[in-house]
This record gives sequence, structure tokens and C-alpha cells, in this order.
Amino acid sequence: MSKPKFSNHNPDLFRRRKLANMIGLSLSISAMAVGMLILIWILAVLFYKGFSEIDLEIFTMNAPAPGSEGGGLLNAIVGSLLLVGSCTLISTPIGVMAGIYLTEYGDRSRVAGITRFITDIMLSAPSIVIGLFVYAIFVAQIKHFSGWAGTVALALIAVPVIVRTTENMLRLVPSTLREAAYALGAPKWKVSFNIILRAAQSGVMTGILLAIARVSGETAPLLFTALNNQFFSINMNAPMANLPVTIFQFAMSPYENWNGLAWGGALLITMAVLTLNILARVVFREKVQG
Amino acid sequence: MKSMFDLNKIDAQGGGVENTNKQAHQETVNVLEVRNLNFYYGKFQGLKDINLNIEQGKVTAFIGPSGCGKSTLLRTLNRMYDLYPGQRAEGEINFFGENILAPGQDLNLLRSRIGMVFQKPTPFPMSIYENIAFGVRLYENLSRSEMDERVEWALKKAALWNEAKDKLNQSGLSLSGGQQQRLCIARGVAVKPSVILLDEPTSALDPISTGKVEELVHELKHEYTIAIVTHNMQQAARVSDYTAYMYLGNLVEFGKTDELFIKPKRKETEDYITGRFG
Amino acid sequence: MNMTRSQIAKRQRFQDALFQYSTQFFAGLVLLALLGIIISLFKDAWPALSQFGFGFFTSTEWDIVGGEFGGFVPIYGTIVTSFIALLIAVPLSFGIAVFLTEICPTSLRRPFGTAVELLAAVPSIIYGMFGLFFFVPPFAEYVEPALAATLGQIPVIGILFSGAFNGIGILCASLILAMMILPFITSIMRDVFEIVPPILKESAYGIGCTTWEVICRIVLPYTSTGVIGGIMLGLGRALGETMAVTFVIGNAHKISPSLFAAGSSIASTLANEFGEAEAGAHLSSLFALGLALFLITLVILSLAKFMLIRMEKAKGVKT
Repeated sequence: MSKPKFSNHNPDLFRRRKLANMIGLSLSISAMAVGMLILIWILAVLFYKGFSEIDLEIFTMNAPAPGSEGGGLLNAIVGSLLLVGSCTLISTPIGVMAGIYLTEYGDRSRVAGITRFITDIMLSAPSIVIGLFVYAIFVAQIKHFSGWAGTVALALIAVPVIVRTTENMLRLVPSTLREAAYALGAPKWKVSFNIILRAAQSGVMTGILLAIARVSGETAPLLFTALNNQFFSINMNAPMANLPVTIFQFAMSPYENWNGLAWGGALLITMAVLTLNILARVVFREKVQG
Repeated sequence: MKSMFDLNKIDAQGGGVENTNKQAHQETVNVLEVRNLNFYYGKFQGLKDINLNIEQGKVTAFIGPSGCGKSTLLRTLNRMYDLYPGQRAEGEINFFGENILAPGQDLNLLRSRIGMVFQKPTPFPMSIYENIAFGVRLYENLSRSEMDERVEWALKKAALWNEAKDKLNQSGLSLSGGQQQRLCIARGVAVKPSVILLDEPTSALDPISTGKVEELVHELKHEYTIAIVTHNMQQAARVSDYTAYMYLGNLVEFGKTDELFIKPKRKETEDYITGRFG
Repeated sequence: MNMTRSQIAKRQRFQDALFQYSTQFFAGLVLLALLGIIISLFKDAWPALSQFGFGFFTSTEWDIVGGEFGGFVPIYGTIVTSFIALLIAVPLSFGIAVFLTEICPTSLRRPFGTAVELLAAVPSIIYGMFGLFFFVPPFAEYVEPALAATLGQIPVIGILFSGAFNGIGILCASLILAMMILPFITSIMRDVFEIVPPILKESAYGIGCTTWEVICRIVLPYTSTGVIGGIMLGLGRALGETMAVTFVIGNAHKISPSLFAAGSSIASTLANEFGEAEAGAHLSSLFALGLALFLITLVILSLAKFMLIRMEKAKGVKT
């Protein structure tokens, strides 16, 4: 039996289409390769320059004065922890409550629709402008830089992230669960907190972790608010040392030990941010499957 | 005819519906009276001029092909549709004489008196014990030992006690599908409502679990009024005292189950029951 | 003390009202923040705007000593770098999104997808450092001469690739920016591609379409509004990006026809000068720049959001 001949098929046309397909798909694969190349390149660079800097000193010594030898990033690390920590404490309740509002009352209210729209825009707003704003309303009023100002600036960036992810996660909770709770005569706030929020808690946690990861690496909003501090301090009412701005200053400087510390700090931040991201995804996946 | 607020007094005497059953043995009490009920999903009319009574202490089944409005009707009885803007009901539904469709009706209070079990088992994300305690705690202040008793009582009523008694602290989600549904029934029973609405409670279950749930309905009907929606005619015939056949939003026929299945009054009913369509 | 059910119900109604108002308050804070930003920036930018008028945005003056300021140079730098970044990032993002949704074997989809998302997570200051210390040298040594030798020879557009091979400059900043927004646009495109109903694609495969044809003729048209929305979101991000650009743009207050030349963007100008700006015309001009950036970004992000919402409504899915 010979192969059937499709007499209406044009072999040239077919060949051209197949060629176009192959070219298109190869380009796509190369695009992926480029993306992976960039990721590997950056991570490799970070490890190459930063790994040798990671020793006990970097965690125990404060930033060195210009020109002096050695030193570490203790004050910057502690400062960043304080800033990110206080930001999380403020932005989590605001973000979660706002997210609950958008989920529970969002379908009936015009205000909710507008809020959602604006939240999404603030998600991608330029962080340096946010720094400018906090400078104008906070720093300029109290006439000095302040860790609290930095916290507020970071919170303005974190809150939209948390609102968005909270709302998305709450909406994923099946409506039958919600109805089952109402069917028992439960008031709306109990349904929201004890049932819906609980059902979505791992997803909401993920959102908070992602927000933390995002603000940990932000430099621009801190430039004019918390500024930086050469010395160790836990006084939030004054300029507060932090990793991103320290890295910025040190990287652009002519001092070798400063440059080295900048790379060490860069590696530390990147590792922290990537770990948080992976953690968030793993936590979420486990809870969803388990 | 009792109003909802009188039910508080009944509660205080204890025993819920059981006492009134013994008193009203001769007269039939209608727990729910539906009068001229019309229901709209936006512009689409889902229910057309429904009139029927749900008798106390009996099981009333609603059958009909998909889209006929039986679930819609059930969900008007506890005003579940109220959660969704765009859905509205017109007419009267008298619960022990009081119109629950009237504006100003306290929906939470209503729903604590008319319970519902859904098609898909919906255990709350908490332990088995907490699942049941949650509903009870809403309206009753029980001590720890009283709550333990109530949880045990409810689980026994749902024929789940033996399987669950050793794992009360485990998550409700750790149970199998059939067990989860029985947990939901236990949850609904634990708050001692007057009426239990069952919306296709066995359609997501395997045959053995289905059988167990049907047994449950038989037992529960002595103390509770039950309304059940089912797409399984044989199930309706097995468990119910009264059956309503619905089609395209209309109540085609309503009557005693035995009579409806053996000698239906309307041809449409007969066609559906004999499987000529649907 | 046992309350009757109706008493409990009454208390619950009060609790629910409280609940609604408090959650509404927190949601309102976000709205308040946006309004606050616009008002506050405007207030601080007003001195410069009233002094220089609308000409502020077209003037290239930036004389700190003399007190004459014009925003055209940073605005030009912002727009040019962002557009070039888009030009490069969009096709790459498209390719990666296609790879992730159509070509990649299912078992590898998650690791590759996560890798792309990790790229998005890397802080922008890292991109900046990477750019300055590791990208610029090879860029100056190999890429710029190569571009000058090839594209630089073509009349008219050749002028874009003229000048000294310093590495840092508009083109370099655009490339680093492209790397930054690449993962962002990719994940939106991928989300949007995954919304296409499988049955639609299967019908196309069923009549003998190649994978590429299904992508170009079925998936892309179906998701076009979402794809455009995603691109505009990437643009919005690119416009506001600070640290990645500040390291490599060169920070020169002039416009040059060549892409190899140094320039500045609004964000880089703010980052470099705000700390030491004297109150008065300089500071106010910086605020004016910030306001301009915020408003431009606001408009573009709103348009992007509109497009995505329109796609949601048409296809009935939420992105």
C-alpha cells in the first residue's frame, strides 16, 4: 500500500510553514537562553565578587570610616532589619484589612473599585518619587532624616503588594465555604476572619513574604528619608544605616575595602531576597497541596 | 402560628422543635409557607409564582431537570441569595408566620434557625471539634464540658462519632469526602435549627456514603423539618414524604411522594418520572 | 449571662458595622496616599513651575549656580532609555513567554518559571552594580565598536552609534533597564497566554497548524489587549527605575544625538542631586521633575490597567 497522495497539498507552502515554525521556535528558545544567561551571569558575578567578603567580620564590625581599613556591615544589617521589620509591622495590618475590604465589599462599592485600581498603580509607581513625598511631609517637617521616615516610605511600597495578594488569595477561597459559614448564621466579620482568612492564610503569608522581599532591596525610597548612618545606632528617630544605601555609597567610592564591602553587602541582600522568594513559593505550594 | 421571637421562649424550655411536635400532633404545622414567590437573576426570571408549604417534621423533596429552579428555591428559604447583588426575590415566605423576605429581617438570626448543607462538602479549615463548635459558639455560651457533649451529640446524630472520636483535633480536611459531608451535616445539626435545607447533599459522594446520608435523613426527620433538593428521583422517592416537581422555574406539581410517583396528576410530571426527558 | 438569640444578633450587627468601617478606613488610606503624593509634590514643585513656566519642560538649561533650570534633558533621557529598553525587552519577553507556555516540557515548566521570577526579584541596585562593573567593560570594548562598525556606517541612523566608546551612556542604561523589565513583562505575558482556552488551541492544531502559527494566529490575537497592557506596565516600571540606571547612564546634563553619549534620566538626576540641593529653585525644580515623572507614570499605568481590565471583561477571566 503506497502512502496516500494529498493532491491538493502544496509542498512548497508546507515547507515554508515548517521553516517559519522552526525559526520562530528556535528564536523563542534562544530568548529563554538569553534570560537564563543574564540570571546566571548576575549570580555568578555576585558570588565571585562577594563571596570572599563574607566572613565573621562583615557581621560583627561596623562600617569603616573613609580611608580606614577593614570593617564590616553590622550597622547597615541591623539598620535594614529594623527598617524592614517596622515596615512589615505597619504594612501587614493595613494591607490585610484593605484586602479584606476589597474582597468583602468590593463587588458593591464604586469606592472599592477605584481603590483596587489605584492600588495596582501604586504597585509599579516609581519608588524614588515615594521617597520624595515622604521627605516633603516628614523629613522636611522635623528637619532631620529619620528611620521612621524610611519605614513610612517602605510601607507605601509594601502595602499595595500586600493588598493585592491578600485580595487575590481571599477570592480564591471557594464561595461554597463562605456560604457554609453564613448558613450557620455567622456575622460577616467572623466569616471573614475565622473562616476565609484562615482558609487563605498561607497565600496571604506568601504575599507578606513577597512584600518583605521587595522592600528589602529598595534603595531609592531610603535615599532621602532614612538616609544612612556611618555608626551603629538603633535610634529610629535619626538617620538609620541600611544595606542598600550603604552599598550605593561604597560601590561608587574609590576605597578598595569599601568596594569589597559593597559586593559583600550586595550578595547578602540578593541571597536574602531570593531566599524569601523561594520560601514564599514553597510554603504556599505545600499548604495548597497538603 | 408562632413568630421567630417566640422561638426563643421555646429554646428556653429546651428541646427545640420536639415539644411542639408532641403538642401539634393533630394539626399540621407549616414551618415555611411560600406565597407568590418570584425570583430574578438580574433580568432573568428563575422562579415563577411559586406557592407551597413545607410541613413540620416531614421531608420535602424538590426534583426536576437541571436549571428548573429547585436549588434557587431552596436558597431563597434561608436568603442565601442575599450574598450576591443582582439577585432578588419578590413575594412572601412565611417562617412560622413571619415573612422572611421583608426588609429589615435579621439574616444571621434567620440562618441560625434554618440551616443548610451544600452539594460539595465544605469543612472549615479547623479541627473537627472546632468545625462543630464554631456554629454553636455563635449563639450559645457553653462551658467546655457542655460543648464536648454537644459535639459528641452532633457527631452521633450524623453517624460520624465512631470514626471521628479519636481524631477530634485533626483538621476537618483530613476526612474522606463522605465523612466530610457528614461532618457538615453534624455542623448543621449541632446548632439545633428548626429546618435543615439539603442542596443535593449526595451528588458528590460515592454510593456507600450516599446510603449513609440517606439513612441520616430518615433519622433526622423525627426532630427536624427537612427540605432536600435532589436530581436523583429514586432518592426523592426513598427519603421524602412530600415531593415538588419543578420545571423551568415553575412548580408543576406538589404532593405526597407516594401519590406523585405512582399516580402523578400532571402529564409533565409523568413524563419526567418515567424518564421521557431530563 | 445568657443572651437571647435576637440580642446576640443585634450585637453582631453592630460588630459588622464596625468591621465595615475599619476595613474601609484602611482601604481609604491607599487612596489618601496617592492624593497626598500628587498634592505634596505639586506644592513643592510650584515655585519652579511658576518661575519657569511651561518652558521648564522644554528647556535644557541646568545651571545650579545661576539658578536656571529646565527639565528637558532628564525627561529626554527617561523617555529614550525606556523606549529602547522596551524595544529590546518585548521581543525577548515574548520569546520566553512562548517558551514557557508552549515549548517547555511540563516537568521543567516550574523551575524555569521560578528562574524567571527570581530574575524579577533581584534588587535594582544589584543590576546597577552588575551593569557598571561587569557589563560596561565588555560593552565598551566589543559591542560599541561593533555597532559603530556596522550600524554606524548606515547613513542617517549611523549618527546614533557615533562617538567615544565609553561604555556608560544612554544605550548601556537602556540595555540594563531592558534586563530589569524583561522578567516583569515575561510573567504578565505568560499569565495572559495561559488564559487562552486549550480547546481553542486544540482546534487550530487539529487542522494542522504549526506551533508557531497557533501562537501568532490564535494566542496572540486572543490575548492582544492583555499583552499590550503588560507592555505598558513594563514601560511604567522602566520610566521610574532609579538605581539600575543611575550607575550607568553617565549623569551628564546634555543631549547628544549619539546613543553612546552620557545623559541623565529624571530618576538618576533626583538620586544624584536631591541630597545636596539647596532650597530654592534647585530643590523646587527637582520636585517638578519628580512630579512630571509621577504623572507620566500614572497616565501610562492607568492606560495599562484599563487594557488589562478590558481584556478581563471580554474573556471573563481575572489577571
